[in-house]
Amino acid sequence: MLVSFTILLLFQCLGEGIAYVLHLPVPGPVIGMLLLFAALLAAPALQRKIEADANELLRHLSLLFVPAGVGIVAAASSSSGHWLALLAGLMGSTLLTLAVTALVLRAASPKDGDV
Amino acid sequence: MFELAELRSFWVYLSASPLLGLTLTLCAYAVAQAMYARCKFSALANPVAIAIALVCAVLWLSGMSYERYFAGAQFVHFLLGPATVALAVPLVRQLPRLRRAFLPVTLALVCGSVTAIVSAVCIVVALGGTAELARSAGPKSATTPIAMAVSERLGGLPSLTAVLVIGTGIFGAVTARFLFGWMKIHSHEVRGFALGVASHGIGTARAFQVSAEMGAFAGLGMGLNGVLTALLAPGLIPLVLRWLGV
Repeated sequence: MLVSFTILLLFQCLGEGIAYVLHLPVPGPVIGMLLLFAALLAAPALQRKIEADANELLRHLSLLFVPAGVGIVAAASSSSGHWLALLAGLMGSTLLTLAVTALVLRAASPKDGDV
Repeated sequence: MFELAELRSFWVYLSASPLLGLTLTLCAYAVAQAMYARCKFSALANPVAIAIALVCAVLWLSGMSYERYFAGAQFVHFLLGPATVALAVPLVRQLPRLRRAFLPVTLALVCGSVTAIVSAVCIVVALGGTAELARSAGPKSATTPIAMAVSERLGGLPSLTAVLVIGTGIFGAVTARFLFGWMKIHSHEVRGFALGVASHGIGTARAFQVSAEMGAFAGLGMGLNGVLTALLAPGLIPLVLRWLGV
């Protein structure tokens, strides 16, 4: 577990470093993910080493959103105005995005229902 | 009386250390998971939403400040970074499928990303929201750090954007199942990818609870839409606002 965690943190550091040096608007961990993806393609042995631990971490992805979520709810009470417009925008746009993305992906896929 | 005072001083002692915030976060999550299982893993019992509500209730009842809570919760929050990096692992597993679907995935990503930004701006403006609110809502489908950075650069309200991002994540995770059922979309890859594009990490967390392949495609959708929103939104949002005449 320690080895996998060290590898993940190393790639995160690398991603943060690249984002900082190149002034990219993309967060470091996202760049780290792309770098690890490339590394896993280049060295399949790495995949076997970290696979089980990475999947265990991802199984509890929900937990990791709790602290930030609490902070946002705590801050939300201070915001004001046009809640109806914002709420409708959030709901309508999310449903539209889900539908459009799924329909385009299904329509463009070679076989129906199988990507 | 003496016992009550004792209990009070013990609480003050405990809440001064990070231990309490961390324990509270894990307990709330354990209770949320149990409720989620009790509800037969219904999408309506979203564990993120339940855990957030539980922690908020405890903070409100005990008078504990968010800063004090976060002193402990930050250890959980910190793991979001390595977990994002870890998304590369299931992605590599899906590579053969991904190779075959490169063109459809790219098409769906661009259409989904543009829909997310343009529809949010249009609906907010149509219902009387100001340009500032529309700029804050535009990047709501991207993951929090990207959305806040975009909002700030365009003159939106980054803290409001953060609220909308979390709301989008939870709303998408809760409703996707019913929407896809109604649309008769059954493929786990298609469902997962759309969830990731529309509802970022919280949608991805929901997808992983359903199946590993759904989670992998959600992680892909989230990562790609984050990058694309960072590139598209700064040009697209002012353009749409000008077109709407705001």
